[in-house]
Amino acid sequence: MKQLTISLSPHVHANDSVKKNMYGVCIALIPALLCSFVFFGIGAIAVTAVSVASCVFFEWAINKYLLKNDKPTVTDGSAILTGILLAFNLPSNLPLWIVIIGALFAIGVVKMTFGGLGCNLFNPALAGRAFLLISFPVQMTTWPEPLQGFMTLDGTTGATPLSIMKAAIKGNDASLLNNLPDGIHMLTGQTGGCLGEVCALAILIGLVYLLVKKIITWHIPVAILATVFVFSGLMHLANPIYADPVAELLSGGLLLGAVFMATDYVTSPMTKKGQLIYGVAIGFLTVVIRTWGAYPEGMSFAILIMNAFTPLINNYCKPKRFGEVVKK
Amino acid sequence: MKTFKIGGVHPAENKLSAAQPIKVAELPKIAVFPMGQHIGAPAKPIVQKGDKVKVGQKIAEAGGFVSAPIHSSVSGTVLKVDTIVEASGYAKPAVYITVEGDEWEEGIDRSDTLVTLNDRPELTDKDIISKIQNAGVVGMGGACFPCHVKLMPPSGSKPEWVIINAVECEPYLTADHRLMLEHADEILVGVTLLMKAVNVNKGFIAIEKNKPDAIALLTEKAKAYPEIEVVPLNVKYPQGGEKQLIDAVVGRQVPAPPALPVSVGAIIQNVGTAFAVYQAVMKNKPLFERIITVTGKSLANPSNFLARMGTPMAQLIDACGGLPEDTGKVIGGGPMMGKALLNTDVPVCKGSSGILIMNEKESLRGEVQNCIRCAKCVGACPMGLEPYLLSACAEQQMWDKLEKEDITSCIECGCCQFTCPSNRPLLDLVRMGKSTVMGIIKSRNAK
Repeated sequence: MKQLTISLSPHVHANDSVKKNMYGVCIALIPALLCSFVFFGIGAIAVTAVSVASCVFFEWAINKYLLKNDKPTVTDGSAILTGILLAFNLPSNLPLWIVIIGALFAIGVVKMTFGGLGCNLFNPALAGRAFLLISFPVQMTTWPEPLQGFMTLDGTTGATPLSIMKAAIKGNDASLLNNLPDGIHMLTGQTGGCLGEVCALAILIGLVYLLVKKIITWHIPVAILATVFVFSGLMHLANPIYADPVAELLSGGLLLGAVFMATDYVTSPMTKKGQLIYGVAIGFLTVVIRTWGAYPEGMSFAILIMNAFTPLINNYCKPKRFGEVVKK
Repeated sequence: MKTFKIGGVHPAENKLSAAQPIKVAELPKIAVFPMGQHIGAPAKPIVQKGDKVKVGQKIAEAGGFVSAPIHSSVSGTVLKVDTIVEASGYAKPAVYITVEGDEWEEGIDRSDTLVTLNDRPELTDKDIISKIQNAGVVGMGGACFPCHVKLMPPSGSKPEWVIINAVECEPYLTADHRLMLEHADEILVGVTLLMKAVNVNKGFIAIEKNKPDAIALLTEKAKAYPEIEVVPLNVKYPQGGEKQLIDAVVGRQVPAPPALPVSVGAIIQNVGTAFAVYQAVMKNKPLFERIITVTGKSLANPSNFLARMGTPMAQLIDACGGLPEDTGKVIGGGPMMGKALLNTDVPVCKGSSGILIMNEKESLRGEVQNCIRCAKCVGACPMGLEPYLLSACAEQQMWDKLEKEDITSCIECGCCQFTCPSNRPLLDLVRMGKSTVMGIIKSRNAK
């Protein structure tokens, strides 16, 4: 008789894989990606293409030449995902050589130095963005107006909703907030901003896809959005120079961050309780930075700060054990 | 609809043989009886080479209180008292019997007449338990814990309910499902016997809703027994785990080991055990045959058999069309908790609920990748543990940390490994860690 395979149970598998999850997130990003192409034209395509290509290239090259890894991990889709997310956090008129530096930092320093997939402490795409924001503050905060024609590369640049909000706070003048685009425009993305963050609707479609496909659970996005809504709502009630909570939710990278960045498996907590704490803290820090910080946008820094707390949260937030006796 | 609260997964059900009525398997030429068919001390052979035995004759006596006697399922001559390589891979003592004819012990009631407690009002709880013990009845779900031990809970504990585990949460297996459809009356009497044995007046039969015909039939028949309630449950694995089942049916959680289910008032028995109890008590029939599912996607005719213990699994596989060409793995039991077999010469034992044949492609595990910390294992664990952490600590041999993280609560259901997108051998590592930590605790307590 021929040799039978012997292994321990379980003998069946959910047929889930790293690839399925990574490409699943990529699919969820497609609506936002298409919106960015429509709004920012060829510049958006160029930034995305360069970002994805350089992320994949750096991961492949580091695996092959520095780590001498037999099994290069580029096919698992995580580098592609990092590339798209990095591009989503950049203005569409950013010089392409800066994009490449961002990709090198994201993959080379933040991901591969720590051991590659699953081992990084910080979200590579966000760390890449933060690095570029600090290194190239002018280029990184000059956003073209959307819908200036597909082939426009040197279009006019303008204020983003967040910079209007910041001006209102700094000038202590609530009337400046009247310059904010209305809710519908912010929902559909007809405002200035980074590639992926402009169209709130597209991101929400992505969120629904991620939830339906069970790639993420609701805990982190809902915790962030609810916290921002409540906290900024209270501030708005106390003093109208702070923008209303709906505008806060729809502006900047908040939705993109809450749905695609903060939910990054590797850098977010493992338990539901931990995820809720993490989400609430991100929401809180975002509003704090937006209101009192030097930068108009606080989402990426808030997530990176909480990335650093993730191991600590994991250590203290244990799931409720079966049959655990409640200590009185 | 009810189910347990924490974790769980829903593997593809693949109940290929659900519509196949139970067929009586042919007698084997040589029947083999391993002495360690149950949890606890192995049985001790009381026959010798050359002895003539009848069907139902005791051939080995219990090796202690937590043990069970073994009865011959065939008539014939003892060929030898030797060893057999069991599913565990170890050679264990076994009795071999050459089959000659089919002569049953006198006193076994072979008729189909239903005998209820009303017909036997003189039966006391002690009578029932001693009959069960003498008939060698063990838990038929796979764990094979001697049935009488569970019916004698430690003093101080107060059983409130008997819960019959008829969920059959393992994919592929249909033995319990068919048993319920074809022997509902006997099962119900068996439940009343179990309830009488532990002096409780409430019994539940928990069935997952993927068996609507069994739920309907038993609900209808249970009308004659007002103290028995059929509880339909949502389909979720591992609902057949004792702790999960109690949580699902009565909403109480058994504390961490060493607490027993009876500490929250529940006595759990498998539906197959209830049937065996009926036969043992009312029909004087020792446990020597059982229902077993033989299944697999490549198998020609997945079937349910009533097979005598000691029948080689190969014979049952042949009766289903033979071992397929592309066979990669043969599993004793279901795909989530069953044991991969070394060969198909292994005999049917008291705990053999199924034989599952997987093709070569299904048999291989996927390539292991880094943990991406997706937390799916944490979400799937029905015990509220963190498999990613336990497996990593086991790999690093951090035994103290593992004990602190409650590794001994693991029920080895495999949900973590089933759900892991990185194909990590989570349960392999957790098992290793768990057995090491239990050894450490044992030697510490011995001091």
